[in-house]
Amino acid sequence: MNRFEWLLALRFLREGRMQSLLILAGVTGGVAVIIFLTQLINQLQGTIIDRVLSSQAHIVIRPAEEAPLRITPDQYLAAQVQPRGQRLRSIDQWESIAQLARQTPGVRAVSPVASGPAFARHNLASKSIALVGMIPDNYRQVVKMSNYMIKGNFDLSGDQTIIGKDLASDLGVTTGDRIQIITESGTQQTLTIVALFDLNNKDLNKRWVFTTLRMSQSLLNIPGGVSNIDLTVDDLFQAKRLAQRLSAQTGLLIESWMETNSGLLNALSNQTVTNNLIRIFIVIIVALGITSVLVVSVVQKQKEIGILRAMGAKRGQVMRIFLLQGALFGTLGSIIGASLSFALLTLFSTVYKASDGSALFAAQLDPKLVIMATTVAMVVGILSALVPARRAAHMDPVQAIRS
Amino acid sequence: MINILQLAHIYKSYGIGTGVETEVLHDINLTLARGSFHALTGPSGSGKSTLLNLIGLLESPTKGELIINGQNTNQLNDQELTQLRGQSLGFVFQFHHLLPAFNALENVMMPAFINNQYTQYQAVKRATDLLSAVGLADALHKKPAELSGGMQQRVAIARALMMSPPLVLADEPTGNLDTHSADEIFKLMRKINQEQDIAFLIVTHDPRLGERCDLTINLIDGYLR
Repeated sequence: MNRFEWLLALRFLREGRMQSLLILAGVTGGVAVIIFLTQLINQLQGTIIDRVLSSQAHIVIRPAEEAPLRITPDQYLAAQVQPRGQRLRSIDQWESIAQLARQTPGVRAVSPVASGPAFARHNLASKSIALVGMIPDNYRQVVKMSNYMIKGNFDLSGDQTIIGKDLASDLGVTTGDRIQIITESGTQQTLTIVALFDLNNKDLNKRWVFTTLRMSQSLLNIPGGVSNIDLTVDDLFQAKRLAQRLSAQTGLLIESWMETNSGLLNALSNQTVTNNLIRIFIVIIVALGITSVLVVSVVQKQKEIGILRAMGAKRGQVMRIFLLQGALFGTLGSIIGASLSFALLTLFSTVYKASDGSALFAAQLDPKLVIMATTVAMVVGILSALVPARRAAHMDPVQAIRS
Repeated sequence: MINILQLAHIYKSYGIGTGVETEVLHDINLTLARGSFHALTGPSGSGKSTLLNLIGLLESPTKGELIINGQNTNQLNDQELTQLRGQSLGFVFQFHHLLPAFNALENVMMPAFINNQYTQYQAVKRATDLLSAVGLADALHKKPAELSGGMQQRVAIARALMMSPPLVLADEPTGNLDTHSADEIFKLMRKINQEQDIAFLIVTHDPRLGERCDLTINLIDGYLR
């Protein structure tokens, strides 16, 4: 490629100003829509997943379900199988399983939890709750509790407890007050509230009552045991694979957020498929646009191409003029398109807000996405120019000059 | 004297394989010496343009040998033919055929860009010199549309000379001009021929123009007379 191809490509584009501007606008629009949509959907999905997972572990390890007992009253009768009620049990050998999980690559944090049903009582008020016994240092790494504290810190020991703000108002208590916890087995314990949380979820705010691991173990009558082990992973979308791997290793019931929220995940992946379809169609339309404009341009420039060939321009040189034009359309269009989509994102992020007034998404451009879009646009530009460029290169100079 | 062009038993047919084959040129033998100044005349349809296209390497003969500047063109592929055309031949057409998007200077420099031979500075210098030589020192930056027919043809001649080809092919170079301009263009070509030892082959209808050349080659119904 030398100055000849550049000179001719640029001058021909300038000469056909209207056509050039129109197709440039087409490419710009296409790239802007693609980048805008992708950025928007990625961010919205990120926000949704973030909010859903904020109070959830990515992977939960539970004891294997207890198998139904077979009752065979008579050898000539078919077995009657009834599902068996699952009582609260501890995970067998949970320390070694927690150790195994901790050593699995991709697992970021491990938190053993002893959780089960109970009642909380204060004066005449009594509420059913979920006891969550855990080790604060570990649990904080799984659920970012420090972000949700409205009073006090997420830290406790001995007979202290942390409850949600809605349970506190139901019971009419606040920090420093004492509440009584009663479990199904009749065990009772009085705990001192040291902090309040607000998980932005009324149900959880009413139900979760945090205690130390040891306190819950003794209240739930599973001394030394845990009902589940919560994990967080480095890559959210690897959670399912990691869960399956751990499950195969331990034989325990291990579920990732991707299974417990399969509806959400389906919705998200449908959205991604739709987005991909839109992107593919835009690319096709833009490519056809570039091709048709260049085909017209080649026909218009027929005579000039013939003269250039007579002056010694090789087929390759003529071809490169038009390939270069295609590449220029793609590259210029995507640079302008990226700027345009940034402007759109800025506009949208100021106009549309979440219900609490915070921005639904940030007006950011992912540099990787911009580089990828530019590369794709350039390649598509060159590919779209291939047909017209070949046509120009294989024109018979005699015919072309005579036309 | 070295020959710049040699045609031996050249035949050209069109429509081969279609059943309506027509032979346009029959057994053409022609030799042009370096620095010669010949006219090629003949009535319309006699095959003048076809012969010029063959010599210009824009078409290839059906049969026969075509040697340009010592090089037999039968053995060359498309790429090499294009290269030879760019280096050894200059074209002046009946209609100036300048590129409308470029000014006079750029049009003259175009062969240098195509062949990528001169630096930008050298190309500008040579093109400026050539345009001055054809009397257009004041019109360097004018677009073809801003020039008169005679001026356009001078630019075309300057462009044909850019790569210093040993042979310039001119197809009715004065056919589209008034008598006065035609005369000037003819004189200009003659002057370049004499001063720079560049051979010219000029296709023309005009018998008076033919008379002023060294030799008139007459083509009638595809035969050289």
